[in-house]
Amino acid sequence: MWNYEKRLQFPVNIKEPNAKLAQVIISQYGGPDGEMGASMRYLSQRYATPYREVAGLLTDIGTEELAHLEMVAAIVHQLTRNLSMEEIQAGGLAPYYTDHTVGIWPQAAGGVPFNANQFQSKGDIITDLFEDMAAEQKARTTYDNLLRLIKDPDVCEPIKFLRQREIVHFQRFGEALRITQERLNSKNFYAINPGFDMTDNCNK
Amino acid sequence: MRQMAVTEHARMLKDINTISFTLVELTLYLDTHPHDKQAMEYFNHYARIEKQMKQEFSSKYYPLNASLSTDQKEWTWATAPMPWEGGC
Repeated sequence: MWNYEKRLQFPVNIKEPNAKLAQVIISQYGGPDGEMGASMRYLSQRYATPYREVAGLLTDIGTEELAHLEMVAAIVHQLTRNLSMEEIQAGGLAPYYTDHTVGIWPQAAGGVPFNANQFQSKGDIITDLFEDMAAEQKARTTYDNLLRLIKDPDVCEPIKFLRQREIVHFQRFGEALRITQERLNSKNFYAINPGFDMTDNCNK
Repeated sequence: MRQMAVTEHARMLKDINTISFTLVELTLYLDTHPHDKQAMEYFNHYARIEKQMKQEFSSKYYPLNASLSTDQKEWTWATAPMPWEGGC
């Protein structure tokens, strides 16, 4: 189960609203490499690994991604707070505003809604960990792309924090893959699903 | 007076964020290095301090977690500011 803590993992205090920035940053809420997909990916993948350390890591990173989801939502919320109708129109927010006012809704920067097809849970921990490492890199690239668009330091700081976390998670998933592979028979390095196939072939 | 109170609140929250981040990092590291005794020593040390800091913050301002509530007159778990409001 989960417990809520009434604080952000890293503070978000944005003084200047900015409708244009909100529309690109929302991609890290519900876009293809966003925090919603990240959390659901890791939390869903946990059940298919026979290795407890790996299940533990997926749990803890999946949990941290929920805290990141809340930070991204806080950024978008503060960027769209107190906008005038003129600013909503000039900032190109009218289509989003029509459907959601300035509520938070998971979509990509291009308006595509969040979709579970943006992540996999393949039931094979080797396959899943390779996806997880790629996912962390894709999210890091997205944050780098965002950082080139952002000039406001109030927005840059939390985005920079989130970017750094992708790098740490990549490192830890790499270690989880190493832990998994060390327990496989070298003749069957990639040939079996350790959570499903012949368990005689791996040193559980 | 109000300004001072806000500053103290922000300082305590910043310290909690810092120490809690240390624990998040140690947790992920220990997940993949579960026999690193030195990392466990660090974790245990900072976990004790974090617990004290959260209790102190919660009794002074509002509970960071409902289980830390000591409220008797007003349920500040519900009425205190939400973290996305900013300004703290």
